[in-house]
Amino acid sequence: MAQAMQAEKKWWSGGKSPFNVEYGKLMMWYFLMSDAFTFGAFLISYGTIRFSSNAWPDPNHVFASFPGMGSTHMPLVFVSLMTFILIMSSVTMVLAVGAGHAKDKKRVMFYMFLTILGGIAFLSCQAWEWTHLYEEGAWWGRNPFHNYDGSQSSTNFTNFFFTITGFHGFHVFSGVIINIIMLIMTWKDVFEKKGHYLMIEKAGLYWHFVDLVWVFVFTCFYLF
Amino acid sequence: MENAHSATAHNDEHSFDTKVIWRTFWILLVITCMELTVGMFIAPRYPHHIKIWFNVLYIILTGAKAFYIIAEFMHLRHEIKNLIMTIGVPALLFLWFIGAFLWDGNSYKNLRNNYDRNHLEQSKQKVEEKEPGKPAQKPGALD
Repeated sequence: MAQAMQAEKKWWSGGKSPFNVEYGKLMMWYFLMSDAFTFGAFLISYGTIRFSSNAWPDPNHVFASFPGMGSTHMPLVFVSLMTFILIMSSVTMVLAVGAGHAKDKKRVMFYMFLTILGGIAFLSCQAWEWTHLYEEGAWWGRNPFHNYDGSQSSTNFTNFFFTITGFHGFHVFSGVIINIIMLIMTWKDVFEKKGHYLMIEKAGLYWHFVDLVWVFVFTCFYLF
Repeated sequence: MENAHSATAHNDEHSFDTKVIWRTFWILLVITCMELTVGMFIAPRYPHHIKIWFNVLYIILTGAKAFYIIAEFMHLRHEIKNLIMTIGVPALLFLWFIGAFLWDGNSYKNLRNNYDRNHLEQSKQKVEEKEPGKPAQKPGALD
């Protein structure tokens, strides 16, 4: 780990890392940038199509169900729960990174475990939502919902919804796998022997990015 | 030596203070609750053409959430300026990207409505409610 930064240091004069971070962490940032542009391209194409349509389905009507509540009209309540779960798992991830800095193996494992649980809970919620929408007749190429003004809706809505939330869900899934690997490596004392827990930090960056993308997916699909 | 090192390490990691983490969590939670309250209770009471202003509000709140996640959770605010710039400057491309493409979509809609009156008429036609649970047909599918 680099020393605390001094004032007026000339970072570009050679002999030291101009970004003051480890190589792997910098590359994780660049990977996340490229991933951000992939998600950005998806969401912006969704926006373009939506702007080119005369009308669009109303999210308050489409996303109004909650598990075990039958047909009660509860708009956006379920997706708020999903958002809360993901933010919460982001918090436990930062706590794991913090514990890694303090080289506290037990607490790293505890918080990584909670983060994994949060990720699995989010994926389960998404599985329920997809199943529910599928039973209502929504899928790629099929759209049972009408536009907010009662006119016929095209399949653009469901195509974009399933593609983008699916792509995000796949990211959550791989994040859970990465976190499980990190938990096992912590348990096997790999980081203890290395002398630092920087890998937890890199996995954490990825996990927060998944949370960040959800913030945008949430706004674009459930609020707009 | 060992003592001196752990002292610097402690100063260095002061930003991983759990108090800051929980403060960020509460900020995110409150912003999300505000978005949901507006989306569930306030926005549906207003006519549809006002919705663009609610969307502006959502964009501002979403931007605030994104800032807190990147700055505090991803720790970017506490990195050195070079690193912040190498992430932040390319991200500005999004401003052009979003503006240009949404403008393009809107222009396509207007052109199509102007020159294809049939499309405009069709998109205004209401469909009769089908019984719930019955999948709708693909547009253009044969009966």
